[in-house]
Amino acid sequence: MNKIGLIISREYTTRVKKKSFLVMSVIGPLLFAAMFVLPAWLASLDSTSEKHIAVIDHTRKYKDAISNTEFMKFTWLDETNENNLKSNFKNMGYDAYVIISDDLLKNPDAVKIYSETPVTIDMKQHVRNDLEKFLEKEKLKSFNIDGLDEIIADINSTKVHVSTIQLGEKGTEKESSTELTMIAAIVFAMLIYFFVLMYGTQVMRGVVEEKTNRIVEVIISSVKPFQLMMGKIIGIAMVALTQFLLWVIFTIIIITGIKFAVFPDGEMPTRMDKQIEVVQAQQGDDENAATNSDFAKEFTKIMEKAQAIDIAGSILAFFFFFIAGYLLYAGLYAAVGAVIDNETDSQQFVMPIIMPLILSIYIAMAAFRDPSSDIAFWFSMIPFTSPIVMMARIPFQIPMWQVILSMAILTVSFIFTTWFAGRIYRTGILMYGKKITYKEIWKWFRYSGK
Amino acid sequence: MNFLEAKKVVKKFANHTALDHVDMQVPENSIYGLLGPNGAGKTTLIRIINQITGPDEGEILINGRPLAPGDVYNIGYLPEERGLYKKMKVGEQAVYLARLKGLSRNDALKKLKYWFEKFEIQAWWDKKVEELSKGMQQKIQFIVTILHEPKLLIFDEPFSGFDPINTNMLKNEILELREKGATILFSTHNMESVEELCDHITLINNSKTILHGAVENIKQDYKEHLIELNFKGDEQLLSNKISRPFKIREIKNLPHFSKAYIEMGEDGTINQLLKNIVDSVDILGLTELLPSMNEIFIKVVNESNTASVYEKQAVL
Repeated sequence: MNKIGLIISREYTTRVKKKSFLVMSVIGPLLFAAMFVLPAWLASLDSTSEKHIAVIDHTRKYKDAISNTEFMKFTWLDETNENNLKSNFKNMGYDAYVIISDDLLKNPDAVKIYSETPVTIDMKQHVRNDLEKFLEKEKLKSFNIDGLDEIIADINSTKVHVSTIQLGEKGTEKESSTELTMIAAIVFAMLIYFFVLMYGTQVMRGVVEEKTNRIVEVIISSVKPFQLMMGKIIGIAMVALTQFLLWVIFTIIIITGIKFAVFPDGEMPTRMDKQIEVVQAQQGDDENAATNSDFAKEFTKIMEKAQAIDIAGSILAFFFFFIAGYLLYAGLYAAVGAVIDNETDSQQFVMPIIMPLILSIYIAMAAFRDPSSDIAFWFSMIPFTSPIVMMARIPFQIPMWQVILSMAILTVSFIFTTWFAGRIYRTGILMYGKKITYKEIWKWFRYSGK
Repeated sequence: MNFLEAKKVVKKFANHTALDHVDMQVPENSIYGLLGPNGAGKTTLIRIINQITGPDEGEILINGRPLAPGDVYNIGYLPEERGLYKKMKVGEQAVYLARLKGLSRNDALKKLKYWFEKFEIQAWWDKKVEELSKGMQQKIQFIVTILHEPKLLIFDEPFSGFDPINTNMLKNEILELREKGATILFSTHNMESVEELCDHITLINNSKTILHGAVENIKQDYKEHLIELNFKGDEQLLSNKISRPFKIREIKNLPHFSKAYIEMGEDGTINQLLKNIVDSVDILGLTELLPSMNEIFIKVVNESNTASVYEKQAVL
């Protein structure tokens, strides 16, 4: 055991001391920070100027259903203005206009926003949000329930936030939380993909290095091949975790730095906060809670609750799938390293490992859209795709048993692949200058050396 | 007392048998040569002793008891395929390898200091391995192999990559290690060094032991009763005096004297020979020629290969 510790510490320190590690540690957060700050900065450019939006409602049912905000002023116009508006809304002093062409209960697509510049997500969301709320009320009214107004008031005052969390699949609040859950899911899935690929390859390189340097026989006269392999895998896993933590810390530092440099009054566009909160599970500061619009207030409240339930669990799950997914692939990468003589030969053996990884990214994309579809479910159970696909689903609050089942399958699988890889590794590292075929590898696997 | 013993060791790989009931007895405190052509199975046997692989049948005894996992600390192994981490610093790496052999960090540093001073290579401590020449790397490897003062040392082709000066230094070190009580197993194709260093040998060919014993005894067993005679004078006079059981194989004329190679036959003696020829030429000197290990090696391996061909034919 002590010897595994020695191997782990060598694998760890030699890698962490490398310049490339330092470079990666700095570049990663810069990219991340850019990812957060750029859209926020762009959003801030947009929203600092007041937007005037004209609304034409053919149904005349929705008058004043869309409320004004600090940056968005809605003017309800008669439908006779439509043609005039279409041809020169700019000259009339509007930045965009909304046309409601039909009863939204019958035809939900009947709302359109027209603009010369791309419509911001904030605007789109605001329009949708308010209309949906309005419709909900209308629907409820249609049931002709006694004392409906009190009920609605009651619902609005107490149950809105709760239902956002629990019934995330329907209702008005869904849209706001879906967007940030999507971001969380994408970031988690991509991180796992990236780390498995990058550090799996490092494991393979490490094994090839030992083989081509011919140091491997010296070392396995002191330790068991399996110890050497595990030491390397664990050591590199620790490098990956270190890198990850450095990224999180640097990203926070950079973003906080930018926040103070660019938004010294402590106010940041809400969208940026959302992203930071999702990725780092940071508590949004109270200053920001009191932001500019009703929407933001509501959002922050939702986020606070969502964080408590959702994000903490997701982060835990992330670390599990991060480590287990890495372990699943690292063993296989080690086996490939043992089989080949130099990296240029790696292609034919690395392909079958990378394929399921790439496939998982595609499936994950589908899972973002529909996290409870069959395909998302099955691929989040299959161990080779589950780390990425499951991470893409988890932020959407899928049933707990699925998460646990997937974790169990993955655990059993990584133990199996490690054992399988160990058998190939043991024979492979002592084979020099031979072209190895899959048939040969199968023989090594079955060969029961003591 | 045998320090290391192999008993009927069998090792089979998918397509061939690498070791076929191989026996070996290595006396304590000896230098033991493990010889054989390429692919004979030497490295496999060495790997079994190092517990890198296990035997399919048979066993290895060390100090009279079966090999145990803890024995890796008692063995120092310099493999034929050897190397170091190229990007790691010499000192760091030496400490790492020593600690894998069970030394504490402090012990490793202390011992390394001694050896680096002895070989006058202190200046290399902070260099990366890739900055050193191959011969320099070999020195580091040698030091790392013997650093934990193992009772059993296994050297697989230790002299490859060394210049004559360093080869000589290494030989002296090996002899010194034996003085200090180590038992040394030595695998090589370099028969000169076998003759110089080894007390005993085992010769493996085609996965089987075909010859083993003390070097002196083997030489006696394989001697051809051949006399080398240095003389001056008329070679015709000499050959006239040679008669049964003696027979001249060859006479070489050198600038200042001649050499005659005389077969003595089974019952001829040197005294008899001298009596016969003493009046014919000026005798400068004579010795009985013992075969070199090189000759024995080639002879025995060829014989065994021919025999195995016959065997195969007989089976067919």
